[in-house]
Amino acid sequence: MTNARDIYITEVALRDGSHAIAHQFTVEQVLKVAKGLNDAGVPYIEVAHGDGLSGSSLQYGLSRTNEMELIEAAVSVADKAKIAVLLIPGIGTVKELKEAANLGAKMARIATHVTEADVAPQHIAAAKELGMETVGFLMMSHMAPVDKLVEQAQLMESYGADTVYVVDSAGALLPNQVRERIRALKQSLGINIGFHGHNNLSLAMANSLVAIEEGATRIDGSVRCLGAGAGNTQTEVLTAVLDRMGIQTGIDVYKMMDVAEEIVAPILETPQEITRDGLVLGYAGVYSSFALHAKRAAAKFGIDSRDILVELGNRKVVGGQEDMIVDVAAEIAKVKAEAVR
Amino acid sequence: MSKVKVAILGSGNIGTDLMIKLGRSDVLELTAVIGIDSESDGLRRARELGYLTIDTGLQGFLENHSDLADIVFDATSAKAHVRHAKMLKEAGIKAIDMTPAARGPFVVPSVNMGSNIEEANINLITCGGQATIPMVHAINRVSPVEYAEIVATISSKSAGPGTRANIDEFTETTSRGIVEVGGAKKGKAIIILNPAEPPILMRDTVYALVEEGTMDEAKITQSIKEMEKAVQSYVSGYRLRTEPIFDGNKVTIFIQVEGAGDYLPKYSGNLDIMTAAGVKVAEEFAKNQLTYQLVK
Repeated sequence: MTNARDIYITEVALRDGSHAIAHQFTVEQVLKVAKGLNDAGVPYIEVAHGDGLSGSSLQYGLSRTNEMELIEAAVSVADKAKIAVLLIPGIGTVKELKEAANLGAKMARIATHVTEADVAPQHIAAAKELGMETVGFLMMSHMAPVDKLVEQAQLMESYGADTVYVVDSAGALLPNQVRERIRALKQSLGINIGFHGHNNLSLAMANSLVAIEEGATRIDGSVRCLGAGAGNTQTEVLTAVLDRMGIQTGIDVYKMMDVAEEIVAPILETPQEITRDGLVLGYAGVYSSFALHAKRAAAKFGIDSRDILVELGNRKVVGGQEDMIVDVAAEIAKVKAEAVR
Repeated sequence: MSKVKVAILGSGNIGTDLMIKLGRSDVLELTAVIGIDSESDGLRRARELGYLTIDTGLQGFLENHSDLADIVFDATSAKAHVRHAKMLKEAGIKAIDMTPAARGPFVVPSVNMGSNIEEANINLITCGGQATIPMVHAINRVSPVEYAEIVATISSKSAGPGTRANIDEFTETTSRGIVEVGGAKKGKAIIILNPAEPPILMRDTVYALVEEGTMDEAKITQSIKEMEKAVQSYVSGYRLRTEPIFDGNKVTIFIQVEGAGDYLPKYSGNLDIMTAAGVKVAEEFAKNQLTYQLVK
């Protein structure tokens, strides 16, 4: 059954989900989750800090466990699945990529802001040399017009990427916008097209299905929605839906449900749902990992986290600019205090 | 009083901005701009301003005009500088390295210029390093810094092909500078490119964790403000955006660098802080030389 896959799903809970639990994954959790996913037939499992290799920082949050230990743990139980890592140039370097490859990571996803693909050639080339499958991951895809996205995706292809992803980091894309983007890429590229959604507007599933309709063959999901913001396309649900549609993912639907219910749900302190902040991320077009940071800053400065997120959206802040959250919060608090006076 | 002769190697953004700044110096005399493409914007401007231009690289310059420079600023790339460093050393010409090649000692003018000014090869780390290391040092001279992390956000427009191709060198060299010059026990650097229009000014955030029990908020604040003035003496657009934020043993500082607008517009504070630091180092060296000549 795992032989013929129409769609290849990458499970991102052990990377994107790191944001949702403030980067607190333990080796035990990763062993259990990765084994469950592997046994259910998931072809790719991504493991890293939420902001990719070397993301552990005061800016994004310190990892409880060194991510290399987590990668090693995942590799040790994945006899069928391939372990993927994310690397954002400017945060991680080729050095960490090599370390991850030596531990057995087989896929490198090199992520840049949607207009900045040209910081990636060094890393894609290094990943190729290490024998890894390569993905160009264009984040915040909603912020660029379609022709710009195509141009940047073509750059990724020219650097040697095997796949290019439209990444809806803010969960802001509407189904018709996903359609025009995937369609344009399909017409212009010769490599695999992927889609990574966030469920902030409750559109992750719909968007993933539209992407598949338009020819995307790589889809990201997070089991139990364990991803930044409201999480990603819920993997066990996607698996079931695609099964009903007669689209082969090679994943056992029941086993996937069990991983979600028995292994991942207990990790979550509160169930993933579309909270007020999550909704605002999608509504304002803000990077999903900002949610927890904005909540903390709002509490510290006694203001509404929605005001912070909307202002960040207005300023066209990109992924990785978490330092702007406190900065903007301080400014809003100051303006508010002056108004009261 | 005669001036010290300098030449610029590299006719990209950094080299061209340097050319405009050096034209204003009282102690440095720019003699030549060295490139490899006679049609580049940098060399064209250099010709217009009446400087000797060389389009056959450093080799071409050294073969015929090596007497025209006591100092060469290298604004090419980390990879090219490795070769240039050797050639300049053999020619007995001082190198001020604007790339992250890290051949010579790291210098931040407001922190450690005195001890390194006579070195044959001086490295200026990175733009993010020049903007943030002074602040790491300012904290560290009050309370020992266990860990410092910096985030440099620059406008996409101000990041040329060199910066983009060398993004790993940026983070690695800056991290080393935070430790070696800033004095932190451990360092980390992150760089982010932001494509917003109109372009954003360069912003830097410094996070520092000081040794438990040594936090002195008043003294650190004072030290930071003194350092702001020291950097402003050569980069006028350098400023703290807010008061430092203290949280347990963590200090957070927000910095903004507005460029002088010499070559690229004012949003390119990242460019400005590098070239201003380079000129500052060369001028200090020149003043020492000229004083020495007078005494003699």
